[in-house]
Amino acid sequence: MSTVTLRDIHKTYVDNEVIKGVNLDIHDKEFVVFVGPSGCGKSTLLRMIAGLEDITSGDLLVDGERMNDVPPDQRGLAMVFQTYALYPHMTVAENMAFSLRLAGVSKERRMERARDVARILQLEPLLDRKPGKLSGGQRQRVAIGRALVRNPKVFLFDEPLSNLDASLRVQMRIELSGLHESLQSTMIYVTHDQVEAMTLADKIVVLQGGVVEQVGSPLELYHHPRNLFVAGFIGSPKMNFLSVQTTGVQDSGTTVRLPGDATITIPVQPRTLMAGDRATLGIRPEHLRIDATNPTLMGEVLVVERLGGETYLYVKVAGGDTFIVQTDGNSRAKVRDRVPVTIDGSVCHLFDGEGQAIPKAERHPLSLTRHPEVPLHTEATLEQTYEQPIQPREVPRQAE
Amino acid sequence: MTSSVATRPQQPPPARARSHRSIPARLLVAPSVILLVLWMVVPLAMAIWFAFQRYNLLIPDNREFVGFANFAYILTDPTLWISIGITLVLVVSVLAITIGLGTVLAVLFNQEFPGRGIARVLAISPFFVMPTVSALIWKNMLMHPVNGLFAQITRGLGLGAIDWFADFPLLAIIIIVAWQWLPFSLLILLTAIQSLDTDQMEAARMDGASAMQLFRFVVLPHLNRAIAVVAMIETIFFLTIFAEIFVTTGGGPGLATTNLAYYIYLKALLEFDVGGASAGGLIAVVLANIVAIFLMRSVARNLDT
Ligand SMILES: Nc1ncnc2c1ncn2[C@@H]1O[C@H](COP(=O)(O)OP(=O)(O)OP(=O)(O)O)[C@@H](O)[C@H]1O
Ligand SMILES: [Mg+2]
Repeated sequence: MSTVTLRDIHKTYVDNEVIKGVNLDIHDKEFVVFVGPSGCGKSTLLRMIAGLEDITSGDLLVDGERMNDVPPDQRGLAMVFQTYALYPHMTVAENMAFSLRLAGVSKERRMERARDVARILQLEPLLDRKPGKLSGGQRQRVAIGRALVRNPKVFLFDEPLSNLDASLRVQMRIELSGLHESLQSTMIYVTHDQVEAMTLADKIVVLQGGVVEQVGSPLELYHHPRNLFVAGFIGSPKMNFLSVQTTGVQDSGTTVRLPGDATITIPVQPRTLMAGDRATLGIRPEHLRIDATNPTLMGEVLVVERLGGETYLYVKVAGGDTFIVQTDGNSRAKVRDRVPVTIDGSVCHLFDGEGQAIPKAERHPLSLTRHPEVPLHTEATLEQTYEQPIQPREVPRQAE
Repeated sequence: MTSSVATRPQQPPPARARSHRSIPARLLVAPSVILLVLWMVVPLAMAIWFAFQRYNLLIPDNREFVGFANFAYILTDPTLWISIGITLVLVVSVLAITIGLGTVLAVLFNQEFPGRGIARVLAISPFFVMPTVSALIWKNMLMHPVNGLFAQITRGLGLGAIDWFADFPLLAIIIIVAWQWLPFSLLILLTAIQSLDTDQMEAARMDGASAMQLFRFVVLPHLNRAIAVVAMIETIFFLTIFAEIFVTTGGGPGLATTNLAYYIYLKALLEFDVGGASAGGLIAVVLANIVAIFLMRSVARNLDT
């Protein structure tokens, strides 16, 4: 068992509060990914868990034990740094076995352990090399090996793949995923990369300005973002937002009027929105269709980005908003074409005037937490997710 | 992943292109090379020439080729061997002090503390004082048995005074030179420490390193090259310490502080024996070269890894 629990964690540098009360439960064997814009405090949070930064206030529990004042090496955690942070004057084997050497393990035993770990990571031929003579991917592997040797309760990764080139990143991502599968240990992972977050995580924690915006499985965040920030942050290209007016609220859904006078009905629960209220409609580029049979809106193509497999159209619609539409790679749309855009209400998101999402009438079937140990969300806990009061934010958010 | 090293046959650049390019390049470096040759070779050649002559300024007319007589005379002179011993003691102990203390100070000055900027400037300032001046300061203001600050302090404590230059002359010289050169090693080692990756320190902390182990396994190996460079540069200068001895002890009492440089000076300018002094000078050159080769080797090995 290795769980990590954060209780109302705060971090203040001099008089700059960068973590503003984070609560988080990380379960055994869970792969948790912290995402958020640059400067939101992901690294700070991870470093506080590691013990490299003091916790200003709040409690950090590992396996139920309070760790705030325990030195980093005794927390049973191991960290992999973005810069690898290998010891340049030691060989690969010595690097990996350094913690054992400090712990007074005999040379034979520690070299044996280093070899075992090297086997897992396919580093065996490199054991006698110095880090300076390794490629980036190999260095990253050694850094992971150094963490593995310690047999930690929890692995911490701070953007471990961001210094690698794209193809290597994909390869290492798959290896990490396999490693998690085989080790069955708890991992906390910080990244900028959407794809890494979506593919690796059992649970994603979206941070902004030192506040947790939402916690959930990747598909939960994708299908049921709790507010405008999460909706815009998860998914690439970004979700399209459109200012709309509520015209009717029924049990089956809420009807809104778009700038071009078209109306659509979104299957959300009747909540705070009243007829006549302003609201924000959100729709992902991949859910918009170019379809002449029953178009919701007409728009003018401003930019065409062809990626081969798919095409992104930047379409200016009535009311002046620009939509990104993801269509087929074979789309023949050209700049300045007028195209019919169809919006399917059932895949739209609706946000109230404060930017909070109106809960969907039905959960997306795949959006339940992937993690086997954790009980699946019941209706009640789902309700709670939405029932939680909006966190007050007197402190202005940091732009970025 | 496999780790096969692909070796492509290295194609040497076409020889003609290289020589084409290097003709004007050689012309351009020629002036400095010629100057350097004149600067170094001419005095060396003269020293070699004189070393094989009997040439005493007191009897300048009695000048003739004497073969290795000067060397035989110098090498059998016990003073030479004493001065070589003193030179080595001086070099080794000042190196040990400046590098040891320099490393400790560099680690300390790398920490955050109030007034760090001023402390750094103060620690580095001795380097800007001329050797003669600093020797005079130490002789007359600090180590003087009557007026010196040290004597006043020890006397104030009722401990009596130490006559540094009479009782511990070599130690006094070592202290003065170390004081002068500490800033140099501090400066180089401090910049080296500042280039140490903080992630590495943090990784070591997570691996369970104590402060001492952090120093031993992370900081010290990182400083290795810088220390080697400091040792090399300092050795070259310490082999020829002169001003500090000239100003304070004059090589004495007896021969207690006569190093090789001072011995040659004594030969040449007090005994007017140009031939003997030149032979001594050549021996000094050979000695310096031996030391330099060893140092270069170790530095080069350090730079390799
Ligand atoms: N030592 C420090 N002193 C003062 N402020 C700091 C310190 N370290 C970080 N900060 C501030 O804390 C905030 C969060 O920093 P952090 O490094 O956690 O961001 P991050 O989310 O990891 O960003 P990135 O994605 O760019 O790595 C930033 O605004 C940063 O300026
Ligand atoms: Mg970061």
